[in-house]
Amino acid sequence: MDSEENHDTAYISTTNACKLCKPLGACLAFRGVEGAVPFLHGSQGCATYMRRYIISHFREPMDIASSSLGEKQAVYGGGPNLKQGLSNVMKKYGARLIGVATTCLTETIGDDVPGIVREFRQEAQGEEPAPAEIVTVSTPSYSGTHMEGFHAAAKALVKQLAEPGEPTDAINLLPGLVSPADIRYLKEILEDFGLPGIILPDISETLDGPAQLDYEKIPAGGTPLASIKAMGRSRATLECGRSLLGQETAGRWLETRFGVPRYALGMPIGLQETDRFFKVLEETSGRAIPSLHALERGRLLDAYVDGHKYLFNQRAVVYGEEDLVVGLTSFLAEIGVQPVLCASGGKSGHFQEAIAEVTGEIAPEPPLVMEGADFYEIAAAAEGLAPDLIIGHSKGYKMAQTLQTPLIRVGFPIHDRFGGQRLLHLGYRGAQQLFDRLVNAVLEKKQQDSAVGYGYL
Amino acid sequence: MATLTPEDLGSLVLDIGADEAKKELVGKYPTKVARKRAKQIVANQVEPDLTVPEIQSNVRTVPGLISQRGCTYAGCKGVVLGPTRDILNLTHGPIGCGFYSWLTRRNQTRPKGPEDHNFMTYCFSTDMQDEQIIFGGEKKLKQAIQEAYDIFKPKAIGIFATCPVGLIGDDVHAVAREMKEKLGINVFGFSCEGYKGVSQSAGHHIANNGVFTHIVGLDDTEPAGEFKINMLGEYNIGGDAFEIERLFEDIGVTLVSSFSGNSSYDQFANSHTADLNLIMCHRSINYVAEMMEKKFGIPWLKVNFIGAGATAKSLRKIATYFENPELTAKVEEVVARELPAVEAVREEVKSRCAGKRAMLFVGGSRAHHYQELFREIGMEIIAAGYEFAHRDDYEGRRVLPNLKVDADSRNIEELQVEADPARFRPRLDAAGIARLEQEGIKLSEYQGMMADMKNGALVIDDISQYETEKLIEIYRPDIICAGIKEKFAVQKSGIPMKQLHSYDSGGPYAGFQGAINFWREIDRLVNSKVWKYLQAPWQEHPELAAKYVWE
Repeated sequence: MDSEENHDTAYISTTNACKLCKPLGACLAFRGVEGAVPFLHGSQGCATYMRRYIISHFREPMDIASSSLGEKQAVYGGGPNLKQGLSNVMKKYGARLIGVATTCLTETIGDDVPGIVREFRQEAQGEEPAPAEIVTVSTPSYSGTHMEGFHAAAKALVKQLAEPGEPTDAINLLPGLVSPADIRYLKEILEDFGLPGIILPDISETLDGPAQLDYEKIPAGGTPLASIKAMGRSRATLECGRSLLGQETAGRWLETRFGVPRYALGMPIGLQETDRFFKVLEETSGRAIPSLHALERGRLLDAYVDGHKYLFNQRAVVYGEEDLVVGLTSFLAEIGVQPVLCASGGKSGHFQEAIAEVTGEIAPEPPLVMEGADFYEIAAAAEGLAPDLIIGHSKGYKMAQTLQTPLIRVGFPIHDRFGGQRLLHLGYRGAQQLFDRLVNAVLEKKQQDSAVGYGYL
Repeated sequence: MATLTPEDLGSLVLDIGADEAKKELVGKYPTKVARKRAKQIVANQVEPDLTVPEIQSNVRTVPGLISQRGCTYAGCKGVVLGPTRDILNLTHGPIGCGFYSWLTRRNQTRPKGPEDHNFMTYCFSTDMQDEQIIFGGEKKLKQAIQEAYDIFKPKAIGIFATCPVGLIGDDVHAVAREMKEKLGINVFGFSCEGYKGVSQSAGHHIANNGVFTHIVGLDDTEPAGEFKINMLGEYNIGGDAFEIERLFEDIGVTLVSSFSGNSSYDQFANSHTADLNLIMCHRSINYVAEMMEKKFGIPWLKVNFIGAGATAKSLRKIATYFENPELTAKVEEVVARELPAVEAVREEVKSRCAGKRAMLFVGGSRAHHYQELFREIGMEIIAAGYEFAHRDDYEGRRVLPNLKVDADSRNIEELQVEADPARFRPRLDAAGIARLEQEGIKLSEYQGMMADMKNGALVIDDISQYETEKLIEIYRPDIICAGIKEKFAVQKSGIPMKQLHSYDSGGPYAGFQGAINFWREIDRLVNSKVWKYLQAPWQEHPELAAKYVWE
């Protein structure tokens, strides 16, 4: 197969998809805002399906309200249901923000959601309790994946909430879809640099909360509303994700509307992408890397040296969201693993290019890159590539089982293992954990494949 | 089939009565919403003739109240056709619907051999894009069916319509007919758009109508065996069907087809040759039993294999139906063989669980079936409700003649069925029916959940997330049974939670062995020590901990 060429999928249908739907991404993003309740304008099944899916990964409550449209509303329009739903969520949940995402149903019938919400706001004026903020985003599932929905919701949040005003010292950090553990770690990093940071969205507590004596209807945490409103006044925006190149993202909108300088970065996975990330933090803060993080970098490099003999020349298949795969591929290439196949269900148009950027100088041969791929195609391609390692979320299990190859679970969704919400992917610390897991997967396989029972490897 | 009389069950003694709790539940709703919800929340009261109060159900959920319910597509593709291993189920729609119904219910199956198809680990979708929304998706659907056929060579392909399909006017049935003709295999469509009906219940109906119309009756081969039955409404979550099948095998009964746990296409096609239909989940499939009775003459019996007592009773019912001393002896032998182990565990677990209180909000029959398992270990059910059931599942089939048919129900097709001229064969004559009645067995009968509940217990239809949280505040039950969406909110409130949709990672819970599994699990949950650690040692005097040293 010619790996230089962009792989064009031969199939019309999708068998075992490697992507989720657009409104799900929007719900995840809205869940990362303080006091927010995600709301789907459509059939109630969408809310139920997405709740159950998100919950199976995070093992946390995930309320998503719905306008519960039926056949009648599909014909006459869903406006009255949307208004009634918004009113009930405000009254029952004390929501401070309701993030309304559309679905296939309401996009196909052409409901004017911003218009309906405008009407609702006028009608609700003077009512008690004071109406919540309402942010709307268009997320037809027939165009794009959950990642497009995620980024669209992040953009809708800043576009509909950010206000002009006096500049602040804060920096905006738009990390993309990463784990709650990743976000907690990013917060630590910002704090150690003395940078007041606004991370949007912030699911670190809302989707990985503590057990408490009293249950909160809306979990604590999330990006504060006041902070989102202030994002146009920050001194810089760091936006992660190489696939976002040239797209109208939240960061780009803050740049064009408010002149907030935007640093476009890859997801900081592995040493090199993290170095770039830390360099920007040094620039924006005017401080050198805090010693704690310099030490972590040093230890990571030390581990790279120690573990190289195990990982060198191992062949890996990586799949998942484009930006996650690009980050992982960069990491794999730098530790001597040969990424042989990089696949995503996403189709931003920049995947191939981004993979080339991060592998170009270090990978001995460029990997096969598949965009808009499903697991039927990924598995077929993987079979011929004889991988030693498979890296991605739970949906690759079947392929890993068939190929008898270890699956190292990362990203979302992980529902056949415990603790997906606490996996660390980012930064030196995340790279350290990924590295250890990879080395151990190789050792475990080696041990398993031998009948002798060597205990000293 | 109330297992106990109202006198046996008695009344609940609660600090806060059901009527008072109801006021609290609906108190904060806007008037219109409160009025609607008030009809869906009732305090149970069983009369000597087993009549119970009316409960509103199978009505639309109020927008913005976070409901447990899913959609019509979920009921059709996910629940009923989900456990079918050798029908290739193709979702016609954008990617989400197919992805979220991709073996998420923990249905299990056992292919007969390595060459037997099993598509349950697959997820097939047309992955609709803008282009199809604008120009129509039938062409892509046909191509997808062709592709599926070329690659997998299935016996049959089912096509499932999602919301946009109905809106843009794609005709899945026309495509199915065309492709059936072209490929020479059975291809059928389901108009199960998510916005139809009020819950997944509509989807069950559409799915079962489809299976009945397109598959049942296609193969007249007479199966071997003297006592031939079908098992309806058992979906083999966590291996339940395997446990029931083991018992059938032991008593010498032939299971012709299961609908649809551990089922196969050929079994559906052959199912009209059975002599008795057993119904587990009344809600999702009672109409199939009725249609099979009308068309083929097969009587049906409501059974319950959840609970040791219920299992023994259901097996005895089968033996009574077939009126065969050998079968009766075998049933008694199996019951006698299984019960000692069950009893030992029951006594042990009961010593730790008796008096504890449970709430069940789940499904369309599970909230009923599991009550007996709890009762067997001395636990009380203080509140229960269904997610998508209808009045007959609560109040019994006696209410059927008076059910109002609203616009939503009218949208779901009722098949007009007549006796099949070649295949109709009455299994029982009037004398046979009379004999069964005499022996206490009523065919085509279900008395609903409420007749099996204590007076004063709360019955709540389509409970919302808000009401669940409120109920926890009011009663602090020892355990709540519901689904994964409710699980973590309940646990965060400090209450143990058992999933009765997908059983967490557990099961089987059916049959004798299942009862043991379930009691062990409930014992572990309600007697867990973890909750006492919620309060950290320094929180024991919170008013002190909150003060600074200089205060």
